[in-house]
Amino acid sequence: MSDSTAIAHGAAAGTHHEHPPYLRHHFESVDQQTDASNFAMWLFLLTEVMFFGGLFTVYMIYRNWYYPAFSAASHQLDVMLGGINTVILITSSFTMALAVWCAETRKKSGLVAMLVVTFLLGVVFLGIKGHEYKEKWDKHHFPGASYSVQAFVNPASDPLQVNAQGKPLAPLAPDMAARTEMYFCLYFAMTGMHALHMLIGMGILIFMIFRARAGAYTEGHSAYVNYFGLYWHFVDIVWLFLFPLLYLINRH
Amino acid sequence: MSATIISLPDQSTARIPKRNYLTQENGILSWLLTQDHKRIGLLYLMSITMFFFIGGALAGLIRLELLTPQSDLLAADTYNKVFTMHGIIMIFFFLVPSVPAVLGNFFLPMMIGAKDLALPKMNLASWYFYMAGGILALWAMITGGVDTGWTFTTPLSTHYVNTNVVTTGLAIFIAGFSSIFTGLNFIVTIHKMRAPGMTWFRLPLFVWSNYAAAVLMVLGTPVLATALILVVLERVVGIGIFDPTKGGDPLLFQHLFWFYSHPAVYIMILPGMGVISEVVSTFSRKRVFGYTAVAFSSVAIAVFGFFVWAHHMFIMGISSYAALVFSLLTMLVAVPSAIKIFNWAFTLYKGSITFETPMLYAFGFMGLFTIGGMTGVFLGTTGTDIHLTETYFVVAHFHFVMVGGMLMAFLAGIHFWWPKMTGRMYPEKISQLAALITYIGFNLTFFPQFILGTLGMPRRYAAYPAEFQVLNVFSTAGATVLGVGYLLPMLYLTWSIKYGKIAGDNPWQATGLEWQTQSPPLTENFAEMPVMDHEAYDYEWLERQKEKEVASVG
Repeated sequence: MSDSTAIAHGAAAGTHHEHPPYLRHHFESVDQQTDASNFAMWLFLLTEVMFFGGLFTVYMIYRNWYYPAFSAASHQLDVMLGGINTVILITSSFTMALAVWCAETRKKSGLVAMLVVTFLLGVVFLGIKGHEYKEKWDKHHFPGASYSVQAFVNPASDPLQVNAQGKPLAPLAPDMAARTEMYFCLYFAMTGMHALHMLIGMGILIFMIFRARAGAYTEGHSAYVNYFGLYWHFVDIVWLFLFPLLYLINRH
Repeated sequence: MSATIISLPDQSTARIPKRNYLTQENGILSWLLTQDHKRIGLLYLMSITMFFFIGGALAGLIRLELLTPQSDLLAADTYNKVFTMHGIIMIFFFLVPSVPAVLGNFFLPMMIGAKDLALPKMNLASWYFYMAGGILALWAMITGGVDTGWTFTTPLSTHYVNTNVVTTGLAIFIAGFSSIFTGLNFIVTIHKMRAPGMTWFRLPLFVWSNYAAAVLMVLGTPVLATALILVVLERVVGIGIFDPTKGGDPLLFQHLFWFYSHPAVYIMILPGMGVISEVVSTFSRKRVFGYTAVAFSSVAIAVFGFFVWAHHMFIMGISSYAALVFSLLTMLVAVPSAIKIFNWAFTLYKGSITFETPMLYAFGFMGLFTIGGMTGVFLGTTGTDIHLTETYFVVAHFHFVMVGGMLMAFLAGIHFWWPKMTGRMYPEKISQLAALITYIGFNLTFFPQFILGTLGMPRRYAAYPAEFQVLNVFSTAGATVLGVGYLLPMLYLTWSIKYGKIAGDNPWQATGLEWQTQSPPLTENFAEMPVMDHEAYDYEWLERQKEKEVASVG
């Protein structure tokens, strides 16, 4: 327990096995370090599941209460744009997986390229999302004092309020039509929180692109890319739940 | 049998080890950028002490105002802001981080034989999130305050008040990250960093209870974040999830809020229970009775804790069938809590009990927590709850658990581990006196509030009918005594950092791994990796160790 034992032990440990520079002092081995960090990342994703879980619960309750309003309001969303965005996100998950593979196999230029492509796909996604937000804003479907129920009390006035055969939908009674505002409250809250997570992810991506250009991650320690990949896939999976819940179910 | 087990080294030759975590590096930056779990624990200790005294000063204001029936010292709206801020500071900035972030941070890695928590940078980030949230909350208080109560109940918080709801909500949202980071770190550390031989059922019970609390932090806090973000969105951009005019349900906010905030009371109390297990075992020289039962009761509290939230809403218009189920589940939480109390009592039975300060606080905990817990059963009964809810009975109930229980446990832990943290002893006699003063002051403050509650005095009002004055005067007088009880440790503990007797490695002759290294510890905690070759709380092993040492010296 004296100072000299500690130093002697430290010196002895150094001769036992080579310590790679990325092994933090408090871990015994790289395996333990990777194992612990990986576990921590999954736990962090669990907290994210709980966060979005709260929002999905709210959605479930109100959808149950105001089913006709939710069904009618979902016609205002563009399945084509939502579908394109879904494809974009799944592709970005694929390029992110390739980035992890590039990091593990020490392909520096491949890693940088894949991270850039992932980032750009994120930009396109947010651009399309922004376009969709603007459409809603212009039609006074953003919740608030200027919210308009016109499209739902008089579906004939709105080309989007049609069924699969192109016939106008049945109008909603005024009190139920007012509840479409709750649908848009949830639409903006949920996709907004999802977009915020993408923005954070893209911020980290920029950081990683610069680090990767300087040669990081491809020198045998690719764990960080892997953890970020888990986060990015998680954000995609959230969208894979949002898309059917908001755009698809009970539309027809 | 001697009256004390304390074994200090010969004071004429005693010295503090030159190399330890406090002397490892110097300068303010070595503290602000430290990744050493022990230093971060001390950073947390200083900051939560600051918040405790701010929250305490606000409590003093509340008690002074309630000295007289009229609203004279504070105007009614100022009073609302004062009790709101008292609640927010004490819950989010003192009770939630108190034992985990200070004592857990410091001792959890040492107890399992690790060099640090698994994620030291995240640990430091947690302190910065805590400070950012805390300063933002103080800023909200200074620039006008908030008067919704710490619960932010909608539609009051979204429609009817125009105070700093958004700022305070964001402050708590930010502080939530610190809680998540601490919890996450603990879970990973306990799973992945245990020393050789440290199996799950050799873990000290302090580790078990912090593990249970960490699970609650990780699963509960994000849901509070959801609730707060939705309130902020409602106030700022008009997204009206809880707005009845848009079809929203204000009660839904309470479901989300209490989904975190009920488990949060177990986040606060569970680590405290861990402290009591350590203290009771050490000062009765006996293995904790029914170790496995105590360990699993922590887990049981964590699991049941998630299914009782609606008992805060019995009178809010939830279905009576839901109330029935939640009432039953609430009763169930009493079972693991009682297992703990009974097992501590059996640990004392035929033990060699000594009455050092930590033990006095532990006795205080056991008595007061039992009363606090039992009155919780009254409130969990739907019939009595209708009469008692929103009265001072509720205030007394949770103060018995939180102040009588948790704060006593925190002080027990601080005194118990003070020699290890600083290398020096606190002065024993005056600290025993402080423990006694705290106990008397506490009972004088909060016991009258049970009576006030049953008589029907509602909480959260600045004025009250004159017939309640006598009991309120008792309560305010008690709060003064309690204040002295809290100032004393602050003073003599600070004094002891410089002038206390040198403690040596293991002044209590305790069995935990944290006591088998020098005090204050090395930055890397142990000179060589410890190997756990005995069960937890094995005092015979400790005796054999001592004999071996004597033999080898001889």
